[in-house]
Amino acid sequence: MSSHAHTGHAVVIEPSGFIRKYIFSVDHKVIGIQYFLLALTAVCVGIVLSLLMRFHLVYPGAHLPFVSGGILTPEQYLALVTMHGTIMVFFVLTTAPQGGFGNYFLPIQIGAPDMAFPRLNMLSFWVTFLAFVAILAAFVVPGGAPISGWTGYTPLSGMGEVTGPGEGWGQTLWIISISLFCLASLLGALNFIATTIDLRAPGMTLFRMPLTVWGWFVTAILGLLAFGVLLAGGILLLLDRSAGTSFFLPAGLVVNDQLQPHSGGSPLLWQHLFWFFGHPEVYIAILPGMGVASHVLSTFARKPVFGYRAMAMAICAIGFLGFMVWGHHMFLSGMSPYSGFTFSVLTMSIGVPSAIKTFNWIGTLWGGKIQFKSPMLFALGFVSLFVSGGLSGLFLAQPAVDNMLHATYYVVAHFHLVMGVAAIFGIFAATYFWFPKMFSRMMSEPLAKLHFWFTFVGAYCIFMPMHFVGIAGGIRRYADSTGTTYAAVLQPLHMFMTYAAFITGAAQLIFLFNFFWSLKHGAIAGKNPWNATTLEWITDSPPPIDNFGGHYPSVYRGPYEFSVPGYQQDFIPQNLTPEQAAQLKLK
Amino acid sequence: MSDAEFEGIVESPWSGGASPFAINSKKLGMWLFIVSDSLTFSALLVSYAYVRLETPNWPRPFEIWPAIAKSSFMTFVLLSSSLTMVLGVNAAFQGDRKKTVRYLIATIICGIAFVLIHATEWVTLFGEGVTPWGNPWGVPLFGGTFFGLTGLHMLHVTIGVVYLAIIAWGFGKGKYTAEHVEVSGLYWHFVDLVWMFIFPMVYLLSVNPK
Repeated sequence: MSSHAHTGHAVVIEPSGFIRKYIFSVDHKVIGIQYFLLALTAVCVGIVLSLLMRFHLVYPGAHLPFVSGGILTPEQYLALVTMHGTIMVFFVLTTAPQGGFGNYFLPIQIGAPDMAFPRLNMLSFWVTFLAFVAILAAFVVPGGAPISGWTGYTPLSGMGEVTGPGEGWGQTLWIISISLFCLASLLGALNFIATTIDLRAPGMTLFRMPLTVWGWFVTAILGLLAFGVLLAGGILLLLDRSAGTSFFLPAGLVVNDQLQPHSGGSPLLWQHLFWFFGHPEVYIAILPGMGVASHVLSTFARKPVFGYRAMAMAICAIGFLGFMVWGHHMFLSGMSPYSGFTFSVLTMSIGVPSAIKTFNWIGTLWGGKIQFKSPMLFALGFVSLFVSGGLSGLFLAQPAVDNMLHATYYVVAHFHLVMGVAAIFGIFAATYFWFPKMFSRMMSEPLAKLHFWFTFVGAYCIFMPMHFVGIAGGIRRYADSTGTTYAAVLQPLHMFMTYAAFITGAAQLIFLFNFFWSLKHGAIAGKNPWNATTLEWITDSPPPIDNFGGHYPSVYRGPYEFSVPGYQQDFIPQNLTPEQAAQLKLK
Repeated sequence: MSDAEFEGIVESPWSGGASPFAINSKKLGMWLFIVSDSLTFSALLVSYAYVRLETPNWPRPFEIWPAIAKSSFMTFVLLSSSLTMVLGVNAAFQGDRKKTVRYLIATIICGIAFVLIHATEWVTLFGEGVTPWGNPWGVPLFGGTFFGLTGLHMLHVTIGVVYLAIIAWGFGKGKYTAEHVEVSGLYWHFVDLVWMFIFPMVYLLSVNPK
């Protein structure tokens, strides 16, 4: 390398106006916080929707003051299901770990002053914001929110108001929102990839990148390849609804006693397009969490990540395999047994890199000097939930077993544990871990621990019984199963889950209080409160506008040099030169 | 620190600080966009193939004269625009601003010609009663796939024309570098390449067999 890479950086001047600084900012740190706050708003909406659902399942006849007519109709229940899923998957699980923490910390961890395309980054956020406004608007348009689920299955979603309230304006807004989200996410993904490839500091080889960066990088590749396909699906669905085409609508459909004019399309085509996106999407939600868990476990076990290269390669392998398994969402669609078998084997093969990760997490903890700080607790929780949620995936990967379980709560329990709660635990771990860097103050540790135990035990109390409800035949998406004898016997379990959900939901107020209280009143954090090794900890808290105040780091070692024998301190930052490190040697 | 010392520390050639393929971020960004956009088009083409294979008696209405002749001419125009684009990029790297702008304008004219001829094609089809929701030959999806695929492609060509106009204007003024011209060329060639899939799949596979 003949020229020092960072000598060419222009001096970055902080904008002075409020709007340029905080609203239409091109600073990746501000944009990261904007994404985070958007996700925080979205998760509050999503939790309220899920609590309404849980309430309705156990008190289907209760009068609710804010519902017109007093009692929630089955269609309104389906609208809750749809909006909860859409908001949580797109605007929380995709937005917070990647758009939020990825945006904030990827450039800093690789020693870059900003993203490769700062203005594109701002555009991505504001298009995501528009998408969020569009999905929220679906609540208030005539007919209300759509009822076709977060998967928007056709023909229900393709025909307009005739298929139910919410399928008019609400569904159109849903498609517009998702298409905008796709556009924003693929532009964001492009930015992440270009940044990771082009802007790494001197010495930051691929295998010296923190595993968080690996997580974001592979997630961005998945996003780049997956969101374009859903965008195409969104365009076709919009054409079906507004231009009268029939891509996803077969002939001879009779809805509400009316023969529909469409002909020639295939509802399965939508399922293929959706799940070709949808399966990579679950890895888009979980891979950043895996990166954060590895990072945090290593930091608080004061040990290098066990099998670092294997961990990085496992992330790549999961991303690669994730594109070849979308058919396992469609075992019930009447696919050929040969296709079913292929998808089944490929799906189970994802267990191999997942197990590599799990065993390496345990290997990282083995013999470590573990500090049970709040980020560590949530990272441990992540591993626990990932294992318990992931194991049920092996059952569902068998077409024969899936035939029985697919329409039941078993599937709901599976994906909530592994993709929902585990990913949320990754987000919490990241929040507690990086809050001191982002806002220069520590979050309250006792409150954080209280929050952890309520959430951890609560999550298991909600979703473990749900597996049994599923095996016993409890059908998901039913607004009210009290009328049937076989499902009514499951009501006590539903009651238990609902109580657990309300307690867990209330416990999140501890987090919200802790977050906002600590912004002003937390203890001052300093540069490196966790004695961590990666580049974000060598700069100020919060980092200056160009991240390193003009002193761009060079990297001389891997990301997890904890407890190296023969040194005075148990961590060696990545930017320490061999000479500087030699001075830290024990005499 | 001297370069030699630095070499000793960096263990792999792909080690940050410099781009792996010695291309700058702008070009890399455009390549990544092309990857993503080609997946969008692939999804549409696969959807088209899917519904077409599922449908017996898919209409094959295009006569050699005028429809195929016209679309072949459109293809020729678009391919020519790729040639002028290549020449434009070449001139840009030689630093010949005037020549570059001239070639870019030629490319833009070809692009506009393509869109206009294509628009007459659409108007002709509308006149024959082909709409996204129906047509005289049965199989309503014929119109849906035709307008969907060619429409999205036309949108890309139109965006490309605007993009090239901005680049030509900026390069003429000295605001943009040859790299900018090259990156816009990548986009333009990609749009041409997409047409090389749409043309056979939409037109040539639907030639009237009589």
